[in-house]
Amino acid sequence: MNELSASSRITYRAVPVRPGVARRIRGLSDRTLAWLFITPTIVLLLAINIFPLLWTIYLSFTNYRANRANVPTIWLGADWYQSILTDPDIWAAMQVTAHFVIWTVVIETVLGFGLAYLIDKKFRGHGMWTTIILLPMMLSPAVVGNFWTFLYQPQIGLFNYVVAFFTGRAASSFQMLGDVTLSPWAIVIVDAWMWTPYVMLICLAGLRSIPDYIYEAAEVDRASKWRQFWSITLPMALPFIMLAVLFRGIENFKMFDMVNLLTGGGPGSTTEVASITLKRAAFESWRTGYSSAFAIILFVTVFGLANIYVKALNRVKSR
Amino acid sequence: MTSATTAHSVVEPSTTTRRFAGSLVVLYAIITMIPLVWIMLTAFKSPDDAISYPPKVMFKPSLEGFCNVFTTRSRQTPEFIRSLGPPQGLCDSIARSRNMVVAGPSNYVPRFVNSLIIAFGSTVLAVALGTLSAYGFSRFRVPLKDDLMFFILSTRMMPPIAVAIPIYLMYRTIGLSDTRLGMILLYTSVNVSLAVWLLKGFIDEIPREYEEAAMIDGYTRFQAFVKVVLPQATTGIAATAIFCLIFAWNEYAFAVLLTSGNAQTAPPFIPIIIGEGGQDWPAVAAGTTLFLVPIVVFTVLLRKHLLRGITFGAVRK
Repeated sequence: MNELSASSRITYRAVPVRPGVARRIRGLSDRTLAWLFITPTIVLLLAINIFPLLWTIYLSFTNYRANRANVPTIWLGADWYQSILTDPDIWAAMQVTAHFVIWTVVIETVLGFGLAYLIDKKFRGHGMWTTIILLPMMLSPAVVGNFWTFLYQPQIGLFNYVVAFFTGRAASSFQMLGDVTLSPWAIVIVDAWMWTPYVMLICLAGLRSIPDYIYEAAEVDRASKWRQFWSITLPMALPFIMLAVLFRGIENFKMFDMVNLLTGGGPGSTTEVASITLKRAAFESWRTGYSSAFAIILFVTVFGLANIYVKALNRVKSR
Repeated sequence: MTSATTAHSVVEPSTTTRRFAGSLVVLYAIITMIPLVWIMLTAFKSPDDAISYPPKVMFKPSLEGFCNVFTTRSRQTPEFIRSLGPPQGLCDSIARSRNMVVAGPSNYVPRFVNSLIIAFGSTVLAVALGTLSAYGFSRFRVPLKDDLMFFILSTRMMPPIAVAIPIYLMYRTIGLSDTRLGMILLYTSVNVSLAVWLLKGFIDEIPREYEEAAMIDGYTRFQAFVKVVLPQATTGIAATAIFCLIFAWNEYAFAVLLTSGNAQTAPPFIPIIIGEGGQDWPAVAAGTTLFLVPIVVFTVLLRKHLLRGITFGAVRK
């Protein structure tokens, strides 16, 4: 995430104050004030994020179970890590997660970039329509996701009705949430509906950052529109597209709320993304040690992948 | 923004291109709005209209969904209902037409109030802490500044369930389970990273010369911060506050795992609104509609700052 801290890398010096003036300024020194201002945030994060993280790491090496707190805790070493990494169910969950992340990111990027490209043509009223398109991503994924279970109802749902209307099939002939082949796509559709505007907004910023004179120069050189798109528009918007992919990738890797309400991981475990597996292990089977180890593995995976990705992103940006 | 001078430039899209682009975008906008419009329509349907096939677009509006989300009802015999006095209010008469009587208020209002208290409480805390830290990071030489900033951001990469496991154990030990205070602290810790990153960007944009001038006039650094920087940063603070508010308002994972009754917010409650024989969709839709309206208003207010908010300040217009 080095790229994000780029803005913070410009180190400012504390405001130089002449000695004569300094004497007049009573009160706290800048150094004290700096720590006074920053410490509360750090303390809060240490208490609510870092301490629990360390505790999770400790628990992941033990047989602790939250529902049997009186059973003496035994140190297990790396047993859980070994059993998780060799567990076919975990790998199945990771595959479901990968399917979900890859397809949502691909669909959202293509649709989002396409929309941004069209909006950038600045037709009349584009501001209002952009705001309307943005709405789904601001709403609670849980509450809205829950309502999609109604739209997906085979007998009465609007989604099935519309699909039936256009394809001529019977509306009750397919179940988006009950069918093992369709349900992974049901969650992809809802996520794409919600988060395409997110990618669109970032891509739009990218397209608007391309100065007009580059296109003017291309026109002078008689480059075709097609050529302009591939040689100017896409490469110059690429860092923005990649940033959007990064944010969506991280978010969807952690996806819990929408999937939990739409399918709860079912039917069977066909939509059981990693967070659902984790929730089942931690809060339904109460295998606290085991789920802690899985949580750490997930965290390291996100963190590692994000770091590799940011390196690639920085390389693209510096081109 | 295109300046007026480029109005005749060769790069301006033609009218045909614009119309074509416009109609595609409008088509997408309409399709994307259908689920939201459907929620609102369903909120005003009677249960029979809500589950009719083909789905009804035209129907007789009913407030039954709203009544059902606010009340609990019990089924009674027609004789018993006839023996009662005249119905008290609209909801009672709707319930009586279905051989039920209103038994009391539902949990929707308490859950909604929890959502309000927790969202506002955590927003105030996160923005207060975030403003101080952002000023500190923006203006002072802090050792390991980049590392601290990155540390603050990296706390967002944990899957919420992974955070919830130790928080559950910790809160159980110190008695914060299922309390509003516990949820406020948790949401503050999540929001503070966003607040620091966003506000640092906003404060970076305020010229430091203003404070320097104030300090030469005899203000202390702290007075300069309060009287010069804070008023300048009002827009940024307001935008950040709305983002924090929206996150806390929408949050589901922590709420469903860490609260059960006392401190439960609306998102885990709305999906479990059930009537007789399955989900009471008009009631769910009514509860959802009321829950979403504030966010729609905020989104419209925020539209100039959305981009910044969703990218942690990485992209500024």
